[in-house]
Amino acid sequence: MENRERKVSSRMKGQRKTRAGTETNKSRNDRIWVLRLYVAGQTPKSVAAFANLKQICEEHLAGKYRIEVIDLMENPKLAEGDQILAIPTLVRTLPPPLKKIIGDLSDTERVLVGLQIKPSIRAEVAV
Amino acid sequence: MAKSNRKVALEKSPSGIQGLDEITSGGLPKGRPTLVCGAAGSGKTLFAMEFLMRGAIQYGEPGVFMSFEETEDDLAKNVASLGFDLPGLAASKRLLIDHVHLERSEIEETGEYDLEGLFIRLGHAIDSIGAKRVALDTVESLFGGLPNHFILRSELRRLFRWLKEKGMTAIITGEKGENTLTRHGLEEYVSDCVIFLDHRVSDQISTRRLRIVKYRGSTHGTSEFPFLIDEKGISVMPITSIGLKHLVTSKRISSGIPRLDNMLGDKGYFRGSSILVSGTAGTGKTTVAASLVDAACRRGEHCVYFAFEESASQILRNMRSVGIDLEQWVKKGLLEFHVERPTALGLETHLARMHKAVEESKPTVVVVDPISNLISVGTFLDIKGMLTRLIDYLKMNRITTLLTSLTASSSLEETEQGVSSLADTWILLRSIEIEGERNRGLNILKSRGMAHSNQIREFLLTDQGVELVDVYLGPQGVLTGTARAAQQNREAAQALASQREVERMQRALERKRKALEAQIAALRVEFEAEGEEMKRLISEGQANQKSVARQRTEMGRIRGAD
Repeated sequence: MENRERKVSSRMKGQRKTRAGTETNKSRNDRIWVLRLYVAGQTPKSVAAFANLKQICEEHLAGKYRIEVIDLMENPKLAEGDQILAIPTLVRTLPPPLKKIIGDLSDTERVLVGLQIKPSIRAEVAV
Repeated sequence: MAKSNRKVALEKSPSGIQGLDEITSGGLPKGRPTLVCGAAGSGKTLFAMEFLMRGAIQYGEPGVFMSFEETEDDLAKNVASLGFDLPGLAASKRLLIDHVHLERSEIEETGEYDLEGLFIRLGHAIDSIGAKRVALDTVESLFGGLPNHFILRSELRRLFRWLKEKGMTAIITGEKGENTLTRHGLEEYVSDCVIFLDHRVSDQISTRRLRIVKYRGSTHGTSEFPFLIDEKGISVMPITSIGLKHLVTSKRISSGIPRLDNMLGDKGYFRGSSILVSGTAGTGKTTVAASLVDAACRRGEHCVYFAFEESASQILRNMRSVGIDLEQWVKKGLLEFHVERPTALGLETHLARMHKAVEESKPTVVVVDPISNLISVGTFLDIKGMLTRLIDYLKMNRITTLLTSLTASSSLEETEQGVSSLADTWILLRSIEIEGERNRGLNILKSRGMAHSNQIREFLLTDQGVELVDVYLGPQGVLTGTARAAQQNREAAQALASQREVERMQRALERKRKALEAQIAALRVEFEAEGEEMKRLISEGQANQKSVARQRTEMGRIRGAD
């Protein structure tokens, strides 16, 4: 199991499509956000998710993020590694802990809470 | 129903699970999803797993097991105890386990989504090993991980349709709900075949049951069938639906007691018949059973002995004391003991285990000793039903069955289980109490289809086995035991006395005859003596007469007469 996962992730690096991302501006913050977006073909939901993600990142994480888009239609094996069921799924691989956000990311507020860019207001109220 | 002009019968995928294919007449619907539901611990995962593994091993159909609950390692450990080598099957690409893990706390929902990821994953798994069978265990746990049930429901509906389109014979497991078959109503989406697994506990005894709730386009048994999970996996017992269809034979087998064979029309029991031996405590029921077993093993036949009261070693010891050595048969593998406390299991489970034991060792003789103990586990009706099914099943397989039953002395001719009507031959053992002594008596209450003795025989347990002795039938009624012996002694004495009297009379007669003969001899001697004398006198007289005549002639001559 361990072995397989490792193999998958090494292959993943080669097939990674980095559409956006700059690692400059180290002076402001060393933390790099690695966000992986799982899609299955060019569906409206996937396209919307990518656009929404791009916008949120530009607004809140400008200059310190990297987005990897993984199309499961092309690489079905990769679904297992990050336990992907729903499409689209956004996985925050860095910084830890691992976070998953499913859906087309149209609810910006919840995306920010989910990625822990913003503290969860609702959670605090609930507590 | 699709009874109309459907010419091609529904294709079925054999499950390989013992008994299940019989009640579904061939297996699960091929290329369609089947819902297996039941409460926690009812055996759903095992059912799904066994279906896949048997498919892979026995029918050459690779399978994908998508687990939403247990990890691959856990599953491998669980089935290893059933003798299945999961890692081996996985290595040879005959089985693929995919553990889907969904952590609610890690997931945030934002807007529209679908479960295409699951489809891709499953599709990839299916394609990579060319799977024909799929199990989803338990897809319902997605309801806990994904908050939007509306999306989930429509996606699940799509998933089942998709599986059908791909021609996958699928098993979908579901947790039992409050008033529904499954907690999240999966039965609405999977409508081809629904199997319900039940694990009921009554009076602290658990029984597993399986029911086919529906099976579209196929006939199936609708009753609840008991099933077992043991070291060989699941086995369902299709016994509920057995009817009176058995063919009979007129072959006979010895009861192991020569005199009893004589009583049963000189030949013994019918092969494949059911024999009930009932009697009060200590009348030798087990011994009668052991005699039958001993005789069968002697012929080289296999026997299974279900003991509900004594342990195997106790039976062996006790039988040795009456000269029946069963141990040799156990060692030769001809005799198998299955010992169980009646209270250890439910009736259905007992039945299922007995069924399984019989299926495995294919005996010709089965003994259940005693059936009366089962009363502690079920109601009268339950037991009667269970025994009816057991006897029907055994009869169908032409297995001679001997049941023993302990009865109260007040109702000798009445078994508590009401099974007398099921028995073809009913042997009654009773204690006969005369003059402060109890003795065993045996008689045949009934024996279908054969002329049988209606005499009571005294039943003796000697160290050379069982012996049947005629009871004393005389002017003083039926006598057994010491009374019989005493009576016999008395009779012998009487006979001896009369013999002596006869001899004495004969001697007297002889004496008389001899005395008479002596008298006759003496008389004859006397007669002879007297006869001599008389003869002498006669001859003297004759001589005298002659001389007188001569003198007269002389005188006449002298006178000159002319």
